[in-house]
Amino acid sequence: MRCGDYKENYIKDEEIFQSRFVKFWLALFFIFLIVFPFIANAHMLYVSNIIGFAVIGAVGLNLLTGFTGQISLGHAAFVGVGAYASAILITRLGISFWLSIPLAGLVSALAGMIIGIPSLRVKGLYLCIATLAAQFIFGFIFVHWESMTKGITGIHIPPPQIGGFQFSTEKDFYWITLVFVVLGVGYARNLVRSKMGRAFVAIRDRDLAAEIIGINLFRYKLSAFAISSFYAGVSGALWVSFLKVVTPDHFPFTLCIQYLAMVIVGGLGSVIGSIFGAIFMTLIPEVLNVMAENAKNYMPGMEHLLIPFKDVVFGFLIVSFLIFEPRGLAEIWNRIKKFFTLWPFSY
Amino acid sequence: MDFSILIQVIVAGLATGGVYGLIALGFVLIYKATSVLNLAMGEFMTLGAFICFTALTIVHVPFWIAFAITVIFAILLGIAIEPLILRPLIGEPIISVIMVTIGLGAILRGLMYMIWNPTYRAFPQIFPPKPFNLGFAVVPSGLFWGFVFAVITTVLFIFIFKFSRTGVAMRATANDQQAALSMGVSVKKVFALSWSFGAIAAVIGGIVIGNISGINIYMGDVGLAVLSVIILGGLDSIGGAILGGFIVGILQNLAGLYIDPLVGGGAKDVAPFFIVLIILMIRPYGLFGKVIIERV
Repeated sequence: MRCGDYKENYIKDEEIFQSRFVKFWLALFFIFLIVFPFIANAHMLYVSNIIGFAVIGAVGLNLLTGFTGQISLGHAAFVGVGAYASAILITRLGISFWLSIPLAGLVSALAGMIIGIPSLRVKGLYLCIATLAAQFIFGFIFVHWESMTKGITGIHIPPPQIGGFQFSTEKDFYWITLVFVVLGVGYARNLVRSKMGRAFVAIRDRDLAAEIIGINLFRYKLSAFAISSFYAGVSGALWVSFLKVVTPDHFPFTLCIQYLAMVIVGGLGSVIGSIFGAIFMTLIPEVLNVMAENAKNYMPGMEHLLIPFKDVVFGFLIVSFLIFEPRGLAEIWNRIKKFFTLWPFSY
Repeated sequence: MDFSILIQVIVAGLATGGVYGLIALGFVLIYKATSVLNLAMGEFMTLGAFICFTALTIVHVPFWIAFAITVIFAILLGIAIEPLILRPLIGEPIISVIMVTIGLGAILRGLMYMIWNPTYRAFPQIFPPKPFNLGFAVVPSGLFWGFVFAVITTVLFIFIFKFSRTGVAMRATANDQQAALSMGVSVKKVFALSWSFGAIAAVIGGIVIGNISGINIYMGDVGLAVLSVIILGGLDSIGGAILGGFIVGILQNLAGLYIDPLVGGGAKDVAPFFIVLIILMIRPYGLFGKVIIERV
């Protein structure tokens, strides 16, 4: 029986799958993910698609904010850039959906690098304001560059297809989302245990010390911005292909807050945390919806309060997690895991 | 372009700038003492405007009483927020502190939406409606009185900050918390007081802006535009906040005049953010901010 956390070398400590149990449960979870679309109804599949996009975006933001320590209040802008890039590529240039996703990611990464330039001179509060400014500037561009973005009317996007098969329903799209989520999470999980990931963490903990031990701040900060925006762009491109339409209203400032909330509630600097956070923060509005549906029977007119109530719950979650559980759901998960690993002799 | 229109726009910009300066002062007061950038400032503004509005239209009290109620409310808000939300986060990384103010803003926004639904409302007439004629330019009454209000409040704040005992204690805390603590300044009290002062600046700004352009729950977005003012002036400079307010006010109105026709509207709202990016690239610590240079 295991009664402690014994590792004999660093390679073991860096492994993604630390034990046979992890592999077993993960395999089980994958089987569940594959069986899921056959047992779920359309609404559940819709929600799980949305969760998938949120996971990709949140993992990206966590790489930037949680691992590299660069606060971004403009994540929604990069989601938007990716979304518009793919929409324009598909409808204007007739590029296929499959090629448009990575291209949208690249366009987004480029935008992220441009916005990341101030991060080389300023940090903390100042960087936070710079990214905030970027958010509003991109929002302005989405509305007013009408020749490209068609302004507030938005762009309609045909569903993706392979050969003659169209991915038009929630169930079909689920497979696309699943593949991208697995790729994105897998890449992020590997990235954070590579040289680059360690450089990110070093920059977060003390950028000057990182520079002294030979980490090129210029290169790694911009890489962090680029990778994070790439994720955001892919997430946005998938999202609008799923919705089949893109308008500037999809990327408000509240979306940035939502992503930051996911990252904070999930746990800063933890890939699995961003997954938890994305799931949690996407499910909460759903739960509230159900509650409002029920409340309607007792108190008519309640359903109008749902939108503001979401804001209140989000804000409350952010504040209370920051105060009471600053390392987020990932830490709670770790505690539960530790309890069961060592159970019943936890001392 | 007619020259008199230009003058008109610049005067309007100056008047808006006075209000911006006041709100920016709220940011700076809180930042100087507690090193927290309060991103819920816009919500404080909106809340102030709504409370004043409710007191005026539902309770039907005279303006001065409504004003006093709002200010007292702001003081209480500041005193409540500091120990509840910010004290537990002392020593936490910057992102936590910023996010907690954003979370607070979301809570306030949601609550305001629930209490006063999001419809747009005109503020009751509290100033004489006659536009103010300066001879070379005509200023709308709301803008003029707002400017007067903002300037009086700003001057009052500066006097308190420079000459009163409390003000000295606040400056001492801003300078060096531990030294202030050992000299008998209650840093906790100063923190709460700074939040109250910041909130007062915000609610007065809210009342003034509500009076100019009507109120709804999204008027707090101006609070984010004011960030450009404090970036321009320097996060910790009171003088910079006021001067920056005028500069941004004028630039914004000029953008409305010259750039709006080119892009089809909206330039006025986004101009402050372009200003932010440009300043951050050229002179990140603003005109008068404390320059912190770290080099390897």
